[in-house]
Amino acid sequence: MSRLLSEQEYRKTKAFKVKRWYCGEKDPYIGRVELRPQKPFEEDVNTQKKRIHDEAILQRNIYDIEHNRKLMLFSKFYKVISVLFVFTLIGILLYMVSYLPPVGNAANPDNNEVATKYIEDAMKDTGAVNIVTGMILDYRAFDTLGESNVLFIATCTVLILLRVDSRSKKREEEENDRLYEPKNDIILQKVAFFLVPMIIIFGIYVILNGHLSPGGGFSGGAIIGSGLILYVNAFGFQKIERFFTQRTYKWICFVALLFYCLAKTYSFYCGAHHLETGIPLGTPGDILSSGLILPLNICVGMVVACTMYAFYAMFRKGGF
Amino acid sequence: MEFIRNFPFFSILLSLGSGVLTSIMNRKVARFWNTFVLLAVTVMSAVLFVYMLGVGEPYTFMMGHFPAPWGNEIRAGVLEAGMALFFCIVMLLSMKGGEEHIDREIEDTKANLYYIMINLLLSSLLALIYTNDLFTAYVFVEINTISACGLIMIRQSGRTIEAATRYMIMSSLGSGLLLMGLCVLYDITGHLLMSNIKQSIAYVYAQGIYNIPLVASIGMICVGLAIKSALYPFHTWLPDAYGYSTVSSAAILSSLVSKGYIFLLIKIFFRVVGFDIIVDSKIVNILFVFGLLGMIMGSVNAIMENDIRRMVAFSSVAQIGYIYMGLGLGTTFGIVASIFHVLSHASTKSLLFVAAAGLTDASGGSKRFEDLTGSGYRNPMAGIAFTMGACSMVGIPLFSGFISKMLFAEAAVQNSLSKMLPTLICLAISTVLNAIYFMKTVIRLYTPKSRNVKKTEAGEAAIVSFREHPLYNFTLILMIALNVLLGCCSQPIADWIISGIGMFG
Repeated sequence: MSRLLSEQEYRKTKAFKVKRWYCGEKDPYIGRVELRPQKPFEEDVNTQKKRIHDEAILQRNIYDIEHNRKLMLFSKFYKVISVLFVFTLIGILLYMVSYLPPVGNAANPDNNEVATKYIEDAMKDTGAVNIVTGMILDYRAFDTLGESNVLFIATCTVLILLRVDSRSKKREEEENDRLYEPKNDIILQKVAFFLVPMIIIFGIYVILNGHLSPGGGFSGGAIIGSGLILYVNAFGFQKIERFFTQRTYKWICFVALLFYCLAKTYSFYCGAHHLETGIPLGTPGDILSSGLILPLNICVGMVVACTMYAFYAMFRKGGF
Repeated sequence: MEFIRNFPFFSILLSLGSGVLTSIMNRKVARFWNTFVLLAVTVMSAVLFVYMLGVGEPYTFMMGHFPAPWGNEIRAGVLEAGMALFFCIVMLLSMKGGEEHIDREIEDTKANLYYIMINLLLSSLLALIYTNDLFTAYVFVEINTISACGLIMIRQSGRTIEAATRYMIMSSLGSGLLLMGLCVLYDITGHLLMSNIKQSIAYVYAQGIYNIPLVASIGMICVGLAIKSALYPFHTWLPDAYGYSTVSSAAILSSLVSKGYIFLLIKIFFRVVGFDIIVDSKIVNILFVFGLLGMIMGSVNAIMENDIRRMVAFSSVAQIGYIYMGLGLGTTFGIVASIFHVLSHASTKSLLFVAAAGLTDASGGSKRFEDLTGSGYRNPMAGIAFTMGACSMVGIPLFSGFISKMLFAEAAVQNSLSKMLPTLICLAISTVLNAIYFMKTVIRLYTPKSRNVKKTEAGEAAIVSFREHPLYNFTLILMIALNVLLGCCSQPIADWIISGIGMFG
């Protein structure tokens, strides 16, 4: 085989490396990525004894159907009744659905003045080109205020359940984090390097254009949150904690929700007393238009992004 | 518009916003702020209540710049204002009565999360009371459910987490059914606003086109809300949730959370579907039967229980049965009796839970009856309070329980024979069963055998002097006063409920 390069120079080229990888001579992971093999499962004598004892008790008291006639009867009864019940319910609901007004019929009851006004006047009333955003953040903003508080309270409940507060436990969790999985995975890092900025920018785009095109705070926030999760997966908690910690999370949520509450209190109060809010609606179609909808979308987006990321961090190591 | 008319709006937004504010506070500030919010909302509701009694006309309040079918709306009448006032008082008393337990049982770093839950729970209860829009009601039902879950599991142990999981599953089923019911209602009426739905339903019902979906949706809404308020066959989440959570949570869950759903159901009966159509659809008969079952079975379970907190919890099942039995009678008078029982049960059950906590503290933290023997001497105030609560539950005159039982009996007598007889018989049986388990407990509390300090499984039983816990004793006295007030001034209260239902129109 004739070759322009000498053997030594050829060994330095990428082509040689690719060939070696292709032939299976070299695994690029080895030596570059930290891999720790999973330890075999070990159990000390006491816990083993306890486990066997517990299992025996469970078996005797709960699952020993042969000797427990009451339980046997109940479990059979339960199975039969639940299947019967579910099928009856399905039957009733199907029967009911057949009596509902047909889909898409112009004479349906839900095709009334409410929907007509939303479609015809939404742009004039709210300044939003996207009618759905106009509906949820202006016409029916009280519902959406409640809905964003549902998110907030859901995070709080997860915090109660999963947040680890004692220092020793926290350290333990940090040591256990991703113990058996590769760290500093090059492929993931390179992909994330390109993808994360694009995902986050796309999320910001969706939020900022919530009143112009499909999307808005909830969807854009979810996109940004997934970007943050990808980032933390690729680069680890140490890097993300340079700009996003539990403190940042707390303050972002606080400021965003407080602004939301105050802004809406002001606007509800003015609305109820038939006063002008003094917030200009702008020209429909501009980025800076539609009054409070844009800032509210930004608030909702920040809360949703933080919530998504906080859920991930809580489930992974009980805090961040 | 007079300034007072803003108060429902202020109270909802204040409690909603303080949920957010509390997230950056520490324990002490959070507790102070929570007390302040509860007091402020109580005062506002009281002022509104007095004002509404004077005006005698309900009014609607626009939430935003757009009038009702397009925007959101809340509505306040005499009944709503009074309920809000009552709920706030009970919540304030329950929080204060269980304050020491909150400090002891909740991790320091998580205490402010507890107050977030309380604030948002308050806002959701207020919104359920005041809302004039079914979808707003659904959103706040969600907040209510999640915060109740948080209240159960804030005291972290295996049992509370199990209880919270159970509650979440059952409650989500209830929410799902409620949402499906609302969807069907929207499909056949095209509205979400209560008054508009009522008009369209009256029209649709007269035409007779969509009767089957209408009945199905009423059924789904009733069953969904019945699951969430623990009507008898759906009560399995209740004993653990009330029995093992911290005292304030148990008191608030039993006396307010389930009652919020019942109030919503009553509102749906009167403001959304129309009471005649509800009675016509025969759904009340089903509620009636399950209410009667609950009255008996809850008491039977309570008799068999060997844990004071779980016993009180099972007694709640029986009392919820009473309320649904009253709804099931299908007359306005039955509804009045039910609403009165909501008030009476809320005040009594919170009293019983808080008093039971004092008794268990005096018995080294054990909740078992053997260890509680003589604890009425060790913690005199809690003993007296528990006895008062028990008397009220059994239905001794002077206490609120007596009045509600009498109202139920009166409502039953006005009904047809087929409903009158079962009601009266079940009332009698249930009263006897109530007396069995409550008097058994009271006798146990005052059995002087183990008055001297005795070792129990959980710790040392100790004598608690009256002065050691001034706040706790003071709240107990206020709760007893509230109970006696309901029992002694029943006529104005019944008049108020009747005029409030009239305003539902």
